[in-house]
Amino acid sequence: MTTTSTSTATPDTANTETSTPDTTVTPAVSIRSLTRSFGDHVVLDGLDLTIHPGEFVALLGRSGSGKSTLLRVVAGLDDEATGTVAVAGPASVAFQQPRLLPWQRVWRNVTFGLPRAEATRTRAQAALTELDLADLGDRWPATLSGGQAQRVSLSRALVREPKLLLLDEPFGALDALTRLTLHDVLEGLWRRHGFAVLLVTHDVDEAVRLADRLLVLKDGRIHADRANTAPRPHDREATEPLRRLILNDLGVTQP
Amino acid sequence: MSISVAPPGTSTPDTGTPDTTADAAQPTNRDESPVRGRRRSLVPPRWVSLIAVLGIWQAASSTGVLPTNLLASPITIAQTGARLIVSGELLGAVQVSLGRVAVGLVLGLLAGTVLGLLTGLSRWGDALVDPPLQALRTLPHLGLVPLFILWFGIGELPKVLLIALGVMFPIYLNLHSAVRGVDRGLLEVARVNDVGPGRTLREIIFPSVTAPMLVALRQALSIAWLTLIVSEQVNASSGLGYMINNARDFLQTDVIVVGLVVYAALGLISDGIVRLIEARTLAWRAGTVLR
Repeated sequence: MTTTSTSTATPDTANTETSTPDTTVTPAVSIRSLTRSFGDHVVLDGLDLTIHPGEFVALLGRSGSGKSTLLRVVAGLDDEATGTVAVAGPASVAFQQPRLLPWQRVWRNVTFGLPRAEATRTRAQAALTELDLADLGDRWPATLSGGQAQRVSLSRALVREPKLLLLDEPFGALDALTRLTLHDVLEGLWRRHGFAVLLVTHDVDEAVRLADRLLVLKDGRIHADRANTAPRPHDREATEPLRRLILNDLGVTQP
Repeated sequence: MSISVAPPGTSTPDTGTPDTTADAAQPTNRDESPVRGRRRSLVPPRWVSLIAVLGIWQAASSTGVLPTNLLASPITIAQTGARLIVSGELLGAVQVSLGRVAVGLVLGLLAGTVLGLLTGLSRWGDALVDPPLQALRTLPHLGLVPLFILWFGIGELPKVLLIALGVMFPIYLNLHSAVRGVDRGLLEVARVNDVGPGRTLREIIFPSVTAPMLVALRQALSIAWLTLIVSEQVNASSGLGYMINNARDFLQTDVIVVGLVVYAALGLISDGIVRLIEARTLAWRAGTVLR
């Protein structure tokens, strides 16, 4: 975790946007002229994007705009995209569904992200404790609630000590209360660990609440790149203008 | 007018039903043993009819209605069974038959597993190996007995190979579709966590296919026993089928029935063993049931 930048520095780098890249630090993610098409349908069209270390970025876009495709490319799950993608350090991914191995107990699921030699109960327990799951290590995934399962999924991502956390609508399948709790949990983890986050979401409120930098994907490129300058924790009032801007970027007309 | 006649007609059984509905309308009484106990005592236990059938059978045999050369009496069969056990004849036959099933099962399991993994994991394997296997599958393997005798003679080889062939297909088909059906989401989790192919095979693919494989194994076992019985009928100089065939020549219907009972018992025991393995290896599913 040598390149970790502090969370207060992050908004500054976000303000400068990609036009003045920080040459002293390797970017967490560097994407150049990324193109991905499905048949004749071009989803990503020569997209450029740089994410700085420790930056919390939310990626928004209408349904089918390619935001999940972009995340999958960065995660290394897409073999057909062209262009260059450079990711610094270990990256972790959490999906909308927890995707736990049902035949392994919770703690074994957590250490699934580690090389076998490091996959110890101690490591698992530390990661579980951080997400308030200390007592659930010996449970089977099928016995967990949706929120607990998603926390286990986050533990599995964190145990790798990532420099980049990729989240594909991780709270999309949860009820509203659990979602709000996990927003705080995620913000706390990000503050403590200082990894960069790329959060794909369709929820503007969630993006504004969590991210320092909001991207809107449209026509295969970054259509809007906006900094969230509100002090943390981002409250509703301070972020209302930004929320309206983003909705406008997304093409939602408001009264 | 028939319409107006019909309601009284249906109302007659209706007057009969209030009795039972009155009983059924007291669900709180269900746990009260006096009511329940009295009602239950009217229903005979399940073994009664079984004993009755045996009794009628024994009576028919004893009175000569059922000739012994068609079917021996239950008591004679039990005595013969005991005699065959004491003499060691039965155990020897069982050992031979069990050996054939075991070897055939292992061969069929190996072949089915290798082919299922090959076609399940590799597109090339699927494109090249699956079509001929699907074509072969349509052949009833028991119909191959004459060819197998021509090819492999009348020794142990044709029996074992026929069992292996019968076992191979359920294993192959189930494994093939189970491997194809492994949750892609979990495979992606392995990929993003830099989990290599060996560990992916061990920790994701094998556990995913365990449940369908055990079902396939039970299916394969019943096919193995059936194949054994058929192939032992055709030609055998030892084993349970030989014992049965020999008995037929001497009209020993008691020995034939003992052989059949032993076949049935072996099938039940082997199925029970797989179910035991099922309960052990699929413990993680218990959580699913509890919720």
